[in-house]
This record gives sequence, C-alpha cells and structure tokens, in this order.
Amino acid sequence: MSTLAAFAADLLAGKIKVIDLTQTLSPEFPTIALPPMFGQCAPFRLEEISRYDERGPAWYWNNFSCGEHTGTHFDAPIHWVSGKDLPNNTTDTIDAQNFIAPACVIDCSVQSAENPDFILTVDVIKAWEAKHGQIPAGNWVFLRTDWSKRSGADYANVKEDGAHTPGPDPDAVKFLVEERDVIGFGVETIGTDAGQAHGFTPPYPAHFFMHGKGRFGLQCMANLDKLPPTGALIVSPPLKIKGGSGSPLRVLALVGA
Amino acid sequence: MSPPLPPRRKADPLALPRQALMPQGGRSRAALGLAAMAAQGRFALQICAACGAAQYPPRDVCHECLGTELPWRDVPTGAALLGETTVHLSGDTYFRVRTPWRTGLVALDCGPSAVAHVHPDVAPAGRARMSLRLDRSGQGVLLALPERDSPNMMDDPMIREMTCDPRGRRILVTDGRSAFGQEAARSLLAAGAAQVFLGIADGWKPFKGQDNLPGDAVQLDLTDATSVSELAAEFGGRIDIVVNTALHIRPGGPLDRRDLVSAREEMEVAYFGPLRLAQALGPTLRARAADGPYGACAWVNIHGIDALAPAPGFALTAAAQAAGLSLSQSLRTSLAPIRVLTAFVGPLEDEWHQAIPPPKVTPTALAAAIVRGLREGLEEITVGDIAMDVMRRWRDNPSTLARERAG
Ligand SMILES: [Zn+2]
Repeated sequence: MSTLAAFAADLLAGKIKVIDLTQTLSPEFPTIALPPMFGQCAPFRLEEISRYDERGPAWYWNNFSCGEHTGTHFDAPIHWVSGKDLPNNTTDTIDAQNFIAPACVIDCSVQSAENPDFILTVDVIKAWEAKHGQIPAGNWVFLRTDWSKRSGADYANVKEDGAHTPGPDPDAVKFLVEERDVIGFGVETIGTDAGQAHGFTPPYPAHFFMHGKGRFGLQCMANLDKLPPTGALIVSPPLKIKGGSGSPLRVLALVGA
Repeated sequence: MSPPLPPRRKADPLALPRQALMPQGGRSRAALGLAAMAAQGRFALQICAACGAAQYPPRDVCHECLGTELPWRDVPTGAALLGETTVHLSGDTYFRVRTPWRTGLVALDCGPSAVAHVHPDVAPAGRARMSLRLDRSGQGVLLALPERDSPNMMDDPMIREMTCDPRGRRILVTDGRSAFGQEAARSLLAAGAAQVFLGIADGWKPFKGQDNLPGDAVQLDLTDATSVSELAAEFGGRIDIVVNTALHIRPGGPLDRRDLVSAREEMEVAYFGPLRLAQALGPTLRARAADGPYGACAWVNIHGIDALAPAPGFALTAAAQAAGLSLSQSLRTSLAPIRVLTAFVGPLEDEWHQAIPPPKVTPTALAAAIVRGLREGLEEITVGDIAMDVMRRWRDNPSTLARERAG
C-alpha cells in the first residue's frame, strides 16, 4: 500500500481524527480594534437572499461580507510591509504545498490564565524543546493559551491602554524564523502578536519577522487544547483571493486517534 | 379638567387589538401647507401678500382680493369658541371608535372662522388657544386648547391621538454606545417612559458610560441584519417608540479619501441600518398603532443638517445623511400611522468635530429636543443654532444654500 493509501485507510478507519480549529464566522465575533483614525477591518455580516419564500421558493442562501482578517484567518506575507516585495506573497500565489504542514503546540495556557500579557520568550520555547525535542523545520508553531475558551469582552480584553492578550516577543519570533525555519505562527487570539505589541521594537514582531521572511500567520483559532504537542497535521488553505493579504478559512488538524 | 391617563394595563391576549385605521387623508396641495406647518409645531396660515387677509381653509386665491400670492406666516393663536358639537355616533371608521369627540366653530383672532377639534377643557363659548396638529393620517388639523394649560391636558385621548408623548410608553433607543444615545434614554425615562431598551453594539469593546447605562441594555447593531432581526423577534411587540440615535459622522470630502471604506460605514449607519430596522420592526409597530392609549406611535431619526446641502469639511457624510433623510421621508408613508420625526442637528459636541468651533449640539440639548418633539407630536425638529440657520436659508432658497455651503 502506498503511503497515501495507508493514510486514507487510517482516516476511513477512524485511526486519524479531524479536529476543527475554526471559530464560527458570526457577526458578533470581535475583530481587531485599531485606533479610529485608521481604516477598519469589516466584521462578518450576513444578508439573506431568499429563504424558501417569494424571493426564492425552494432555496435558502445569503450574501456575506467581511474583511480578509475577520474571524479565524490566514495572514499572507504581503499583509505586512516587511513582506510586501517577496515573490508569491499573496493568497493566490503562495505555493499550495504550504497549506498542509505539521504543527508544534506550545502550551502556555496556565501562564496566560495568570497573566493576560504573557509573553512567549526564547527561554519558554527552549524549555518546551527540552521536553518535546527541537522544533523541526517547516512546522507551524502554535501558541496555546486557551484564549478561545473566552468570549466577548473577555476574549478581546480591550482596556483603555489597548488589548491585553498573550503573544511572542521579538527575539522569540526571530528565533522561530531564523533558528527553526518554521512555516508560520498560529494563535487563538485576534492577532499573532501580543495585545501590547505596538510598544515592542519593532512593533508587532510576529507580523514583522514572520511575514518579512515569507512565513504565514493563523489567528483566532480554537481547540488547540485538543492537539498533541507534536505530530498534528494542519490543513489551512486560505481562499484564493487575487492579490489577497489573507482570508478567513477553515483550519483542520489531523491527529492520530 | 381631563381625567388622568389610566395606568398601562396588560393587553387581553384573546382580544383583537383595535385596527390602526386613519382619519381621512386626502388634501389639496394648498391644504398640505397646514401639515407642513404642523410638522414644525408652528401655528401659521396663508396671509395674502396684497391685502394681508388670513386665509382658512387654505386656498389658491385670496378670499378678499383674489390675490394669488399667499405665503404661510405665523399668526396669533387666540380664538373664541362660537359653537360646538360633540359627536357620539360617526360613520367614519376612524372616529366611530373614538367618540365622544368634541368639535366646534372658532373665530380666529387673525380673521377667519374655522371648524376645529376642541379639547374638552376649553370652556363652552370661551376663549381658546389654537394649535396646528398632525392627525394620525399625517394631515394638519386645527385643535383648540384651553387658554392656559389645564391639569392632565395632555392626557386627553383626543390630544394623545395627535401627539407621541413618551409617558408610559416603551422605547427603543438604538445606540447606547454614544453619549447622545445614553442621554436620550435618560431624558425619555425622566419624561415618564415605562421602559427604555438601550441598544449596544460590539459589547466586547469598552465605551464611555458603560458602567452607568440608563434603561435596559439590549444587544443591537444596526449594521448587522442578524442582530436587528433577533432584537425584533425578542422585543418587537413591546416597542411603542423607536429613537434611532445611531450617528456616524466623519470629516472628509470625496477626494480626501482613497477608498470607500469609510463612506460605506457612513451609509451602513445612516441609511442601511435604519432601513433594516424599519423592515424588521415597522410592520409590528404599525399594527400596534391604535392599541389603546399607549399604542405604538413614533419613529425618530436623526440627520445631520448637511443632508440638505453638504459643507466641504463633511461632504461625504452629507451624502449618507441625505440618503437617510430620503428614507425618513418615505417611511412617513410606509409606517403610517406611526409618526416619523426627523431631528436635524448641526455639528455635534463629539471627538469628530474638534476642528469645528462652538456652538455645537450637546447630548442634553438633542435629548431635550427629541422629548419635546414627541410630546408635541412634531415631524420635524431642528436642534442647535447652526442647524437652525442652515434650515432657514434652505427654506429661503435651496440652490443658494448649496452654493453658500460649498464656498
Ligand atoms: Zn388678498
């Protein structure tokens, strides 16, 4: 049996489970809140076209609208100025081979529960590696914070001085890109960067360094607590938007049963 | 003296509510002028430019000199009640379920005699104070009031048919995130509203005043069809007055921006949002318009005075305001007999008008004007010196105003 046939057989036999890492796209799901003088990402909206009525007697369907960075979404390198001139940096030109890749999951849920401004550092990453082995090249690194179990105001956690949500510091992002050659960085919060990352140098280091080196981002994910520290296979193809900087998507994880 | 308004009672769930019928609505073009004056709360009649004779009923030619120039002018409100009839039986579908109904012949101090609705507190053969009111079909009618306010005067069923007093009514204020919405809710409660539902969008985003909100906070985002239909499903049958305080006024002209993002947001809030809300709540509201002394009665929309003519600093917002105003005007017909009150505002006292010098409209001033407009049963109020000045010039000559404002 070929590897692929064995994989398909295991999938059908239930030996491989599919875990949905996606939040439901709904109008009330928080989007990133930028200062009011900046352009804003549109929230998700649904407008009914017909529902078995005079507008369409036997069918139900909707128009929807949202930003590229609404709900659980993928960030392409062109999203950040540091990645603007890279080749194949948009949702339609990224090599599809990138959309299936394994993930390492660093569990910082305890620290994040104690401190919403928890910062992922190189030390934390190295401590994880001491237990689970070095992060292999081409892997996603997911930061598990259990943030997806929060909702509404607790989830956005916006105060007068901005959002307070966990994220990596600049050295940690540089380490992941330069020393570990990861394919991207994924989180449960609204941004791959910490809520207070506007004050870091450079600001928003996860965006700056990841996208600057052509890597990807996944945000607003859920169910990271159902993933093993290593060995999950992530399926994360964004919509093929021409020249797109990202897109809402369904993120799936395949894990051994 | 009128008996006080009976307390609000729970509706009999088995009884078919009184149907929302309207009094006769057809009028000549000249007579529509009465509605236009009543809409603003003015007591005005046509005055002949040639001989000065006041005209009633409205007409195209002066009854004294056959002059054809008959501009509307405010006239003294005094009158004498010459004779009266109280109708107990009527063939009219609207009036026959509202009898007894007092009418009378009044001699207006400004000249003409007229048949008018007569408030029960006007003394027989006594002096009266005249007012122009909008009836439930939106037409201007004469109402004789006692010379001085009498106790419970506004509780009388006849005048309650012609007004939209917040007292005892349940009111939806759409945008509680802003100081304007919060203050409107506070003032409506102070004016005796039985309940105020205060809409809150994006509850996850902190906002000023959130710890001290008046009324009952409900989730509502006019830009979200799902949110609007959920609110209508939950509370639609309990809302008597809608006060739409959603405002999204941003600086900038057509070429000051490189995209349509902000323009779309303005249209969402000023036009699509109220349209969504009207589609969701309108039919229920309209159906409950004759449901006892506390029936559904009014819909308030707020428009920037820029809706009449754009000012350079806020030209794009003006387009959205104009769209919203057009919607308000068509809602008058669609929602009838629900009264649609348009509140025109000048520059607001908010963070988006920092570059505009005072006078600016404060939340308190807007809220007070809305309460007054509802109590008087008006269709149009203009709040603040700037808005009043623009309105005056618009009435004088819209084309001149457009050029003045553009300058
Ligand atoms: Zn004349």
